[in-house]
Amino acid sequence: MQNKDIKRLSLFLLFAPFALWIILLIILPHIGMVILSLKEKVAPRVYEYSFANYLEFLNEPIYWNTLLRTGSMSLLVTALALLIGFPIAYYIAKIAGPRSRGGLFLLCLIPLWVSDLIRAFGWILLLRETGVISNFLQWTGLVGAPVEFLYNDVAVIIGLTYTVILFMIVPLVSTLDGMDNSMIEAGYNLGGNGFTVLRRIIVPYAMPGIVAGCIVTFMLTAGSYLTPILLGGKNSSWFTEQIYNQFITRFNWEGGAAFGMLLLLFTSLVIWLGLKLSGQTLANTVAKS
Amino acid sequence: MHFKTTVAGLLAATMLAGAGAAQAETLRLLTWGSYAPEDLIEKFEKEYPDIEVEVTFSNNEEMIAKLRATGGAGFDLAQPSHDRIYAAQLEYDIYKPLDLSKIDTSVMEAKLLDGVKANTTIEGEVYAVPHQWGTSGLMADKTKAPNLKSWADLCNPEYQGKTSMRLKRTILLGTAFSMGEDPFAAYSDLEKYQGILDKVADKLIECKANIKAYWNSGDDLSAMMLSGEIVGSETWDSTAYKLFDQNENIVFVPPKEGALAWIDTFALPRKGKADDAAYKWINFVLRPENVTAMSSSTGAIAAVKGGQDLLPEDKKAAVNAAFTPEDIDNLKFFANIPPGVEDMEGRTLEKIKAATGG
Amino acid sequence: MTDNSTYDLEAIGVSKNFGTFRAVKEVSFDIPSGSFFSILGPSGCGKTTLMRMIAGFEEPSGGDIKIKGKSVLGTPPNKRNVKMVFQHLALFPMMNVYENIAYGLRCNGVGTAEIKRKVQDVLDRIALPDVAEREIHQLSGGQKQRIAIARCMVLDPDVLLLDEPLGALDLKLREAMKIELKLLQHQFNTTFVYITHDQSEALVMSDNVAIMNQGEFEQIGTPQDLYHHPKTAFVAGFVGDSNRWSGVVKASDGTGGKVETEQGLPMSFSSAGKQAIQEGSRVTIFVRPEFIKTVRPSEAESTAEAGDNRMEGVVDSLLFNGANSRVLVRTGSGELVESDVTLTGDNDLKPGEDVQLVWSSRQAMCFADQGSA
Repeated sequence: MQNKDIKRLSLFLLFAPFALWIILLIILPHIGMVILSLKEKVAPRVYEYSFANYLEFLNEPIYWNTLLRTGSMSLLVTALALLIGFPIAYYIAKIAGPRSRGGLFLLCLIPLWVSDLIRAFGWILLLRETGVISNFLQWTGLVGAPVEFLYNDVAVIIGLTYTVILFMIVPLVSTLDGMDNSMIEAGYNLGGNGFTVLRRIIVPYAMPGIVAGCIVTFMLTAGSYLTPILLGGKNSSWFTEQIYNQFITRFNWEGGAAFGMLLLLFTSLVIWLGLKLSGQTLANTVAKS
Repeated sequence: MHFKTTVAGLLAATMLAGAGAAQAETLRLLTWGSYAPEDLIEKFEKEYPDIEVEVTFSNNEEMIAKLRATGGAGFDLAQPSHDRIYAAQLEYDIYKPLDLSKIDTSVMEAKLLDGVKANTTIEGEVYAVPHQWGTSGLMADKTKAPNLKSWADLCNPEYQGKTSMRLKRTILLGTAFSMGEDPFAAYSDLEKYQGILDKVADKLIECKANIKAYWNSGDDLSAMMLSGEIVGSETWDSTAYKLFDQNENIVFVPPKEGALAWIDTFALPRKGKADDAAYKWINFVLRPENVTAMSSSTGAIAAVKGGQDLLPEDKKAAVNAAFTPEDIDNLKFFANIPPGVEDMEGRTLEKIKAATGG
Repeated sequence: MTDNSTYDLEAIGVSKNFGTFRAVKEVSFDIPSGSFFSILGPSGCGKTTLMRMIAGFEEPSGGDIKIKGKSVLGTPPNKRNVKMVFQHLALFPMMNVYENIAYGLRCNGVGTAEIKRKVQDVLDRIALPDVAEREIHQLSGGQKQRIAIARCMVLDPDVLLLDEPLGALDLKLREAMKIELKLLQHQFNTTFVYITHDQSEALVMSDNVAIMNQGEFEQIGTPQDLYHHPKTAFVAGFVGDSNRWSGVVKASDGTGGKVETEQGLPMSFSSAGKQAIQEGSRVTIFVRPEFIKTVRPSEAESTAEAGDNRMEGVVDSLLFNGANSRVLVRTGSGELVESDVTLTGDNDLKPGEDVQLVWSSRQAMCFADQGSA
């Protein structure tokens, strides 16, 4: 009996910090957000419960257009990260020797050591009209006048892809690493060409890693703030910017809270759809890697 | 897992820092970047050894948001602009009245002091006194954009793709003035103000094609201006003065409609715990010998008698290059923002940003 | 050329170097159609490399490989009609049994109806007609084995390569699968090339066995041939159990003679592997336990014709294993000699008994030591 009690106590003690973290930093703030989002300001210091903030979102095309834009661009970034990240992950997991593998992984990690802001400034230095790429192109004579690469959606997508690609590579490497090389050889041996082996064997096998990577990169992208603001152009609004504007510029915390909940619902919906379409579950993708 | 430990570590660190700070008296400043230069803090701490100064850099909107989140706790002295106090206080009750007897108001420029007092008196209590003032206006490279004189010139096709602005309320107001409206007068009639905003939005959406990019911070504005990627922009005067230091062709241009003048103030957060230290800091930075050091850091003019003469030499030159006495007379001080205007303006700004004008 | 076509697989002087390391050295062999051929060798002997060259995963550094008389050098693995059963089978876990077997057919562009027919047909032949819809993880070890073979056989390969596929099975299942593999090979009548380090697998199943050591083939032959007529000391030692003595030849007529062992005992031998044994050369002698008789001194006379070699000893211990029981005898010079013995349960040898070991010089296979010959 005593032994059982000790076990239970130690389990409780081990679990307590985690539970505290979840409750204090995740659940409580979200409950607060939900409550706040359901309030409507009717006069200074007077609030009433209503769905006005959500209706406001539906009635103003600017808001849901921005959300859809953020969603579709995030999907594009996720797809790009997958397209670029997969060969890199495959090289690290399957082709590179065990010694260079660590080095390559480290190379992928290095960009994480500087902040989002510095990374965005890096891209600004490269892409701006008087930046490195423009100057290089003029030097080679390919273009006659300075070219502006910054302040457009392409710059945002490049910057975001660069920021999130590591979160695609890591789960991919870990699933591909667990794949027996003979599986690939068997694919060739039984008559498959490179494309067939990729499509029928490697990709299905790596599917949990692919889905996990996509979920993480999509969430990070849709929730990013600095990169779209700094690299984006005159017309490129990002939904997080709308949330910031509601909270800070307009002092409309109720609207901002509603927008925050909407972003959460929207990304959850996209991920749910993605899981349904790929036939995966959260348990065998994100939880595994 | 990693993220969790980081968060836990941060939490622990802030708790520890909080615990440690409670021992000595701490003056927690909530102010603008460059409004608390290192050398002045050191000097202040030497003079008052039992006060420790902690600085959080912010801007008008974030100051209000931070204080609103805590009901006015967490800071002992804030420095919002004069026009952002009245409504915020009415709406969120985040400040406490000043005890003017503890402040040496005699050194302050009477006109500015009276102006701020008039703007921030609620039920007979004064909530702010002036610290520094400056203007928002235009900046131009004289050699490339000699004719940039009005807010409207930012939309002049002559400078196609070579101008910039910050998508905040300043440009809304400036554009309104350039269209012959007086937005401040319309504050009392919000319906009329909405009409002005709609016209301004149309104008600025049309103008999008002419703009290279909206700037977000003084740093990216400076980079675009110095590299020559743009030739003119809406700007804070202090940013323009800094660039004047590096390139004498870049000058601050008070728009012919009148530069928009702001006064940054001292205000006490409602749950501040070190009022005496705050008053000491206020009196300290208003002393003539400290005013020059402050102005050289902020680029703004102190709200003390003869503040313009107390500017450091380089700033004085920049101001003299920018302003004629007529420009000074023509200054338009930001009027108090009544409740609800920020929301209307925010909505207008969103509309402009989302429009695909160019 | 017509002659060659009777061979499903030929290797001609095949070599493979990894840097300066020579993994496979000029190996040549040919395998007649429809036979079961094993390559037996200790781990690291190069047999896996050899097999990967046949499958096309490695390119030989020298020599040629022919399948059905045609060189396959430069042919990519997916274009060779050589299929392979991998060590850990490499069944695709994300596909069910049907899809695993259909995979190769789909790659070849076979029509759906035809695929269905062929998959069912091959499942019937491996006696698992009802598993098509099962997932791989629902199969037993033996079933997985058979599915892996079926997956290859459905493609009608010229040669089937098997890379120690029984290694992961437990002992009992391994014994059963040995027989089953042999039966499957008969049934499909396809050439099997079987790689293993387990001699009993190779001996039981194969028509021919190649013994591989340090990148070279030591000997190719039938299992009986290898067992009874090893050509090299390595083969004699590697295939089957042996008692082994080292010594110096005292007298020799080229095919037989007398040796004095290191322990100073005299011994008669016959030369093995058609080598001529010179007087004075250092040699190793192998005697298989089943050819040594252990008798009580009282029975010694009756076995006089059984052998011209005799040794005195004391029974050290009995290793009872039914029909394969053995006795360990400690000789006067202290070494242990293993000998087969029939234990009837009645008046058997007991530890501590004095005995005599008797064997014929014809069963004492002698090899000149490398370097001294």
